[in-house]
Amino acid sequence: MSFVIDIASGILIALGCFFIVAGAIAMLRLPDVYTRVHGASVIDTAGAGFLLTGLMLQAGASLVTVKLVFVLAVFFFTLPVAAHALAQAALHEGVKPLLSEDRTSGDGKDQAASGRQP
Amino acid sequence: MRLVGLFGGLFLFWLALSGLFAPLLISLGVVACLLATAAVWRLNMVDREAQPLELLRGALTYWPWLVVEIIKSAWNVTKVVLHPRLPISPTMTVVKASQKTPSGIATYANSITLTPGTLTTGVSGHTLTIHALVKDGALDLESGGMDRRVSQFEGTA
Repeated sequence: MSFVIDIASGILIALGCFFIVAGAIAMLRLPDVYTRVHGASVIDTAGAGFLLTGLMLQAGASLVTVKLVFVLAVFFFTLPVAAHALAQAALHEGVKPLLSEDRTSGDGKDQAASGRQP
Repeated sequence: MRLVGLFGGLFLFWLALSGLFAPLLISLGVVACLLATAAVWRLNMVDREAQPLELLRGALTYWPWLVVEIIKSAWNVTKVVLHPRLPISPTMTVVKASQKTPSGIATYANSITLTPGTLTTGVSGHTLTIHALVKDGALDLESGGMDRRVSQFEGTA
């Protein structure tokens, strides 16, 4: 039984590491602040989530697991706030996002409002 | 009722973090939690918004759904990022938040940001400004599936 749990937690930890590496590559490859935040959010959610779940399986039914749940909960409540603050600070400073399409106004938005796909 | 819930939650938190069950430490915990509860009560922060106990039931179905969404979109972002040609199409868009309470809108905005590939850059009233890594992410949000889920979650309160 503990063998099965070891394998499951190993897979989860490996998945977490994979997403963290993928997020790091994203941070390097993507072109500007706003797109890089998306890379960071892969690390924060999928990376940390899988890694901590794998660690919970290692810790078993103990207080350590409860504390890991708290860590995960704090992550999931604070990270969007941090990402949002970062993006808003960049916008406030006048950093223009690189866009292939801006649908915040004009024709694109009207189509969206009527539910049609361009 | 809400005070009891707050005290109970704080005390469970104390027990989980300390992990020591000696009588002295337990009674210290009770005193600390009573003081904290009294402080919150004095600050008039014992209300529906600060202790949304009613939301727990809805959270049991909403959070697992959100976790699945996060894994799916993390995988999509990973595919885009590891693709040799880096096929990104950054898009800004505006979506409506149909939630009634401020915490409902905050839940929606946070859920959008938490999902990799989409990011809330601004909130004004019931309008959210969204930055998406690929256009499909923006179109997905415009179609309003997540908005309905969050409203449903809010409605369970």
